[in-house]
Amino acid sequence: MPSVMLKKNAEGKLIFYVPKKDLEEVAESVEFDSPDKWGGEVLLSDGSTYYFEPQAQPDFPVTLRAKRLDSGE
Amino acid sequence: MAALTREETEALIQEVLEVYPEQARKDRAKHLAVNDQSLEKSNKCITSNRKSQPGVMTIRGCAYAGSKGVVWGPIKDMIHISHGPVGCGQYSRAGRRNYYVGTTGINTFGTMNFTSDFQEKDIVFGGDKKLAKIMNEIEELFPLNKGISIQSECPIGLIGDDIEAVAKKANKEIGKPVVPVRCEGFRGVSQSLGHHIANDAIRDWVLENRDGDESFPTTPYDVAVIGDYNIGGDAWASRTLLEEMGLRVVAQWSGDGTIAEMEKTPKVKLNLIHCYRSMNYIARHMEEKYKIPWIEYNFFGPTKIAESLRKIASHFDETIMAGAEKVIAKYQSEYDAVIAKYKPRLQGKRVMLYVGGLRPRHVIGAYEDLGMEVVGTGYEFGHNDDYDRTIKEMGNATLIYDDVTGYEFEEFVKKVQPDLIGSGIKEKYIFQKMGIPFRQMHSWDYSGPYHGYDGFAIFARDMDMTLNNPCWKQVKVPWKTDDTSKVAVAASA
Repeated sequence: MPSVMLKKNAEGKLIFYVPKKDLEEVAESVEFDSPDKWGGEVLLSDGSTYYFEPQAQPDFPVTLRAKRLDSGE
Repeated sequence: MAALTREETEALIQEVLEVYPEQARKDRAKHLAVNDQSLEKSNKCITSNRKSQPGVMTIRGCAYAGSKGVVWGPIKDMIHISHGPVGCGQYSRAGRRNYYVGTTGINTFGTMNFTSDFQEKDIVFGGDKKLAKIMNEIEELFPLNKGISIQSECPIGLIGDDIEAVAKKANKEIGKPVVPVRCEGFRGVSQSLGHHIANDAIRDWVLENRDGDESFPTTPYDVAVIGDYNIGGDAWASRTLLEEMGLRVVAQWSGDGTIAEMEKTPKVKLNLIHCYRSMNYIARHMEEKYKIPWIEYNFFGPTKIAESLRKIASHFDETIMAGAEKVIAKYQSEYDAVIAKYKPRLQGKRVMLYVGGLRPRHVIGAYEDLGMEVVGTGYEFGHNDDYDRTIKEMGNATLIYDDVTGYEFEEFVKKVQPDLIGSGIKEKYIFQKMGIPFRQMHSWDYSGPYHGYDGFAIFARDMDMTLNNPCWKQVKVPWKTDDTSKVAVAASA
């Protein structure tokens, strides 16, 4: 259950940062991405996937707990 | 010597690794790589921020060095107590040349050493009482200090002193910020964790001091310079450029900085990060808590400066963008003259670097502006996000080494035969004795500043002065000179 810092970059894409692992990745897709429901499975550009409890869209940048589903290797 | 091909570089790494026992060889192999610009992520080719192997000569520092020496030390109007035995503070005192304005011992304390000088009895009975006494003495002797930070050395964590309780009590008594920093040297694998701990201490004890206080008048052009330690005046050379383009620099972290500036930082519009490694933590925290965006910039060499100024300006309106262009144009004749003078003398020279947090990638641009080529680089304590940023800056098939050992570095140098090495004081004399020009790139070899356009002129002069110094022709030992007549004379004697 890593803590993940999420923010939007200049192009409006989600940047995914895990401080403990120095992992800085762009999120390719987010399962639910609407103002009232956000979260679910997030696929990163390195192929790994993480899971966030679906929730109302948070105010980025924000730190959330995520579950690691697949390391992409 | 021509540049090495990818295969040659790989063979070189294998050759150097050969002397290690199997276990160490396996571990070290992960830290040495041949650069491949096509890679997006450095974790495919290099491992970093891992514990050094026992038995090798590492060049790293400790968490105390990262906190006291780098992040907290330069804050000039606070007194930083090196809490523990006297050596840690004394041997690192003023070595980093963080310049500042002020009267030392009256209202600034940068080059002084304050220590609790632990003795056996303090280890046995605890040092909390001593610490409390020291802070009262400091208050009496140096009433103009604006706060105190307690920088723990190893024994504090080992004996379990409660410095937080002492700090809270002292804070009430003297009415100034008293910050306990748990930066015992044994924490983490290098000074990098010390930076993080120091950032966290700033976050917890300083940053929110002025939350809810709106008395500080702000402008839309407020920025903070973060991660510039004013080595040899670096931050000043950077600050003038930012101010000329129309920005207002509210805070300098932490070279020539004050605690008041730090407390005001949450009011700025944009954080400018120079040393990403040591201060990205606090920038990310401010982004989340205060919604202040941050960008990295690079003020080494005219190409990167122009790039950075434009990048910074793009976060503001047209007046600042026009300001940036004006600044670049204003200095153009100056830096063109510097390049015209030194490029012919330095063209084609090859450099190997091995430094700390930002320079292994940041100074590459400055060397390239002078027509030089960086053929090897590495970080003492970088993380993978640093290497991610380095891959693109370095040429293909160049060497990258993480936490390089004394032996590896020497062997690499013998084989690659660079014209100049930029590294720290511990490496300096080895390479000078090998007859290779060397610049100490941690504190600019007692020169500087190197940031900004003014700094670039000094940088170019220093590189030329070192590389083209006639002394290098004199250092060859007599039995390796080609002059056979001397041998004949010696034999006949």
